[in-house]
Amino acid sequence: MMFLLMMLTLSLVLSGCSFTEEASPLNPQGSVGESQLFLINLSLGIMFGVLAVVFALFFYAIIRFRRKKSDKDYPEQVEGSHKLEIIWTVIPLILITILAVPTVIYAFVLGEDLTEDPDVLLVEVVGHQYWWEFNYPQLDIYTAQDLVMPVDKTVAFKITASDVLHSFWIPGLGGKMDAIPGTENVLYYDANTTGVLKGKCVELCGQSHALMDFKAVVLEQDEFDTWVEDMKTPYPEEVENVELAEGYEIFKNNCISCHAIDATQKGIFPNLKGFANRETVAGFKDNNAEEIKAWIEDPNKMKPGVSDMPAFENVLSDEELDKLVEYLQSLD
Amino acid sequence: MAHKAKKYKGLMDWLTTVDHKKIGIMYLIAGAFFFVIGGIEALLIRLQLMFPDIRAFGDDTAQIFNELITMHGTTMIFLAAMPILFGLMNAIVPLQIGARDVAFPFVNALGFWTFLFGGLLLNISLFTGGMPDAGWTSYVPLASNEFSTSRGVDFYTIGLQIAGIGTLIGGINFLVTIINMRAPGMTFMRMPLFTWATFVASIIILFAFPAFAVGLILLTFDRLFDANFFDVASGGSPVLWQHIFWIFGHPEVYILILPAFGIISDIISNFSRKRLFGYASMVFATMLIGFLGFMVWAHHMFTVGLGPVANALFAVATMLIAVPTGMKVFNWLLTLWGGQITYNTANLFAMSFIPTFVMGGVTGVMLAVAPANAQMHDTYFVVGHFHYVIVGGIVLSLFAAAYYWWPRMFNKELNEGLGKFTFWTFYIGFHLTFFVQHILGLMGMPRRVFTYLPNQGWDTMNLVSSIGAFLMGIGFLATVINIVITTAKKKKSVADPWDGRTLEWAIPSPTPEYNFKQLPLVRSIDPLFYEKVQGNKGMTPAEPVGPIHMPNASILPFVMSFGLFVAGLGFMYQDGGLNNDFLNFIFENFIVAFVGIGITLLCMFLRSVIDDHGYHIEVEELEDEGAKI
Repeated sequence: MMFLLMMLTLSLVLSGCSFTEEASPLNPQGSVGESQLFLINLSLGIMFGVLAVVFALFFYAIIRFRRKKSDKDYPEQVEGSHKLEIIWTVIPLILITILAVPTVIYAFVLGEDLTEDPDVLLVEVVGHQYWWEFNYPQLDIYTAQDLVMPVDKTVAFKITASDVLHSFWIPGLGGKMDAIPGTENVLYYDANTTGVLKGKCVELCGQSHALMDFKAVVLEQDEFDTWVEDMKTPYPEEVENVELAEGYEIFKNNCISCHAIDATQKGIFPNLKGFANRETVAGFKDNNAEEIKAWIEDPNKMKPGVSDMPAFENVLSDEELDKLVEYLQSLD
Repeated sequence: MAHKAKKYKGLMDWLTTVDHKKIGIMYLIAGAFFFVIGGIEALLIRLQLMFPDIRAFGDDTAQIFNELITMHGTTMIFLAAMPILFGLMNAIVPLQIGARDVAFPFVNALGFWTFLFGGLLLNISLFTGGMPDAGWTSYVPLASNEFSTSRGVDFYTIGLQIAGIGTLIGGINFLVTIINMRAPGMTFMRMPLFTWATFVASIIILFAFPAFAVGLILLTFDRLFDANFFDVASGGSPVLWQHIFWIFGHPEVYILILPAFGIISDIISNFSRKRLFGYASMVFATMLIGFLGFMVWAHHMFTVGLGPVANALFAVATMLIAVPTGMKVFNWLLTLWGGQITYNTANLFAMSFIPTFVMGGVTGVMLAVAPANAQMHDTYFVVGHFHYVIVGGIVLSLFAAAYYWWPRMFNKELNEGLGKFTFWTFYIGFHLTFFVQHILGLMGMPRRVFTYLPNQGWDTMNLVSSIGAFLMGIGFLATVINIVITTAKKKKSVADPWDGRTLEWAIPSPTPEYNFKQLPLVRSIDPLFYEKVQGNKGMTPAEPVGPIHMPNASILPFVMSFGLFVAGLGFMYQDGGLNNDFLNFIFENFIVAFVGIGITLLCMFLRSVIDDHGYHIEVEELEDEGAKI
């Protein structure tokens, strides 16, 4: 039974990516995750060796030494064996040394603080109940929920939180780092392929902990530069399109005090500059009119425990909501 | 000077008893009760996670789920696993060392009642508007009153504080008992491994539980009296709580697993009909694990940002624990080797512990690899790991112990057929539930999520995991039925049903109140086995038959603990908020709190001033054995 399970996993784990094309710790898309996968595989390999020995001895012993009808006298009462004791002390010590050396090396390599390095892209991450704020101090950009980063470039993070503990994690790029109020933690990732990766909160942070997702959008360097340009170009003061102008009015009257649409302003709650291009609404729903509307109508319904944003279902009429959604969808 | 014995009957007998055997049974019953509650919570958790993106409990699913995971963890660790182990220690350790009772019978009873009242206090939060919801680790700031607004976490801090008193004084009691009460000839190096493990676990309790008590006090003050120990805005530190919690929390794992090791050692040796292989190194390994257990707490905090130096040190220290643990595993294997192994329920559970626990152990070493831990920490890989240790290790050993020692404790043998049914359903269910969780974790599924989105390749494995959980539930139910049937059965067990090797099987059945009519002379490790191969019928007595001094029963431990319970409630509701003016008045003015403390102090005063010399069982009464329990 257990042996079958083990073989099953072994085959599953060794063929890691075969269960899912998606980036994950078993299918990393960056050097940090690759180092960690190496360590996972190394430790898993050693541990499978240990398990194989233990299982072989165990199953042999329990089958071979069953009590038989003919067993009247007690078996030989063996006290112990110094030779064996030494063997099974020394061999584990050797195995642990094999594991400990790369552990210590990588603890220092991956624990390096690159935030002062001028060659990296620096991002300040702030975890909030239940959304992620991303600030690019070198570029003077504030954004949220979509972490846009260039491919093949080291991105260093300064991580903190505004309320409770959170933990910042992009499983496809590498290990996590806790976001702790009053403390600044550092981490770095790099991505070697473009695409959209899952980001997660991995420290229990309240009711919507499970829904506190974000996306890492990895772009080619030139696409990234375009994104930066777009983000830094403010929206025109006046909205020309008449239909959108009404939505803009509603936005100004209800939303703008918390949600900036200028990427150079921090704002209190998620900055909405470029919102139309975001991967998701609320971090985990498809970005379409229906979901945006559902969110504004009652955020608490989509993400239980959200207390800062009021429900607008009784504040704005259905028509107003539609106009507001239309305006938000124009924020490209 | 013989005093007249105070004798109570029925319920009063149980409320006042200071007999370690009865206290052991009460621990078992209470522990099993909380185990059922924790188990139902587990099934509800798996129900919600059975399918992606569902809301099994309606609109409040997220909140209910957080309360369930918090209470499941807290209940299983503090109110199920520990009390059941304490029950076994109480029932068995004095017998294994040839003692007539524990060193402090009164304290023993007090320990049980504080545990029970603490546990009940924690669980009545179900009916008072919200259970604790910040996880069993209760990390701040989430557990502060700013973010956890119900009274749930107050029930956690004060309930565990009261229950923790019971654990601490219980641990001290076992230390003194084992040091002072061993029968003539029962040297330390002749003690059965379960007794050894109890001894080392008690030392760990002595050092670990005060740390937790301090942490709980700080959190209580933060929540109830606006202190700022963990409040960042006022200069407090949330990471401080994590250090305190894990300085206690990691040794806690060993408080649980070492007695499990002891149980397995005794049972495997008995059913292989061989002495334990490498006894001395087993003892040494137990102590080494207990010691190293205090050196590794920060491996729960590899992603807190303590820096590479701390992470590297704690990683290597953690890996080192694999060495003494490995010694134990191979000694068990070599105990089986060359033996004559009986396949009964107790031994099936005991033997299956070995490979299962090793699977939990090796994932522990994997998690110790600090840089890789960043990918596995707080994912389902960790959930899989610690359930392999706690269920695959501790719970399997508790089943083994229940089936093995049941005849000694209850004078009846549990049904083997139902026992084996429990074994197979529970064991297969266990692997189904927790094995896939390792893979889910490596695929990136975080723990403590109330739901997950479909199309991530997680659906099937979560379904399998839930099915396994229900299978475990069925297995456990079979043992409950087994217990009911066995209890109703008339047939009594013989005194030594398993051809035992250790002292507890040298006693007539049922165990007399005074355990040993004459204290036995211990002449070897496995003393009963030694006498058997010498051709003796039972142990050689070390003393002539004489009157036996017994402690008096007392209601004080029960009342004293009840006082703490009342005081706990009193402090918790000191801000009022009840919809009754009179109740608000007595709570807000600390009247309830001080009445509760007053009850406890009064009991302590009475205990101090009333001379209680106990009583003697005279020689004539000793002769009619068997009717005393």
